[in-house]
Amino acid sequence: MFGDSTTVDVVTFILAAAATLAGGFGVVMARNPVHSALSLVGTLFGIAVLFIAQEAHFLAAVQVIVYAGAIVVLFLFVIMLLGVDREEDLAPESLPGQRIAAAVLAALGLLAVVGYQVVDSLSITGASAVSGSASADDNISGIAESLFSRYVFAFEVTSVLLVIAVVGAVVLARRHRDVGGAR
Amino acid sequence: MTVEPSAYLMVGAVLFTIGAVGLLVRRNALVMFMCVELMLNAVNLTFVTFARHFDDIGGQVIVLFVLVVAAAEVVVGLGIILAIMRRRPGANADDITLLKG
Repeated sequence: MFGDSTTVDVVTFILAAAATLAGGFGVVMARNPVHSALSLVGTLFGIAVLFIAQEAHFLAAVQVIVYAGAIVVLFLFVIMLLGVDREEDLAPESLPGQRIAAAVLAALGLLAVVGYQVVDSLSITGASAVSGSASADDNISGIAESLFSRYVFAFEVTSVLLVIAVVGAVVLARRHRDVGGAR
Repeated sequence: MTVEPSAYLMVGAVLFTIGAVGLLVRRNALVMFMCVELMLNAVNLTFVTFARHFDDIGGQVIVLFVLVVAAAEVVVGLGIILAIMRRRPGANADDITLLKG
């Protein structure tokens, strides 16, 4: 990856990063929630490209399938179902000076993080790999091996969490006709 | 000229900041959820960058868990929004003040 095709790497990174950040701005700036959701797709695809550029091929596929496929469609479905796909007036602020305060805080935090990264330049820990190498040729089998050996308990807990989420969504979304009016 | 890991980390930091500002500034509950997704994706990108930098597949496994938790969170969150909308129209988070003292 770092051999002769470095120019391709740089161009890919710049394009994907631009798509990611432009999508992020689109989500925040768009007045129409549908446009926000579509901008979110741009961000998610940009992130997927950045995953591929970092040899996380399996995660890139999962990112596109789960995020861009399922989650954004779920968002759009709810937007359409609720009929909130009309333009929102962004002008009035509920708290005076709220936006300026948010922007200043965000700029300070970002400056701290980026500055720390530039100064420290990634020599944070001397930790060595504990769960296998992250090389490109055995990406999927490496993830599988790690997932089903070292992280198998977390994996099982995750499945329990998914079941709870499904039950919770059903309970939240169904109408309670007979239990004392709408709830 | 290669792409340094810190470049990926900066993209992640900027994306996280955009998401955080959006969460603070926007009032549409659905857009706020999308901003949370932005922040989660920024963290995922950081995890993958460190997974490559330290040559440790554990970072990628964690991203998988984050994806699952994000999916569950979106499902429950949208269910809550649906339940709220059924009682009152509009997706403005500032209107939901029943618990205000």
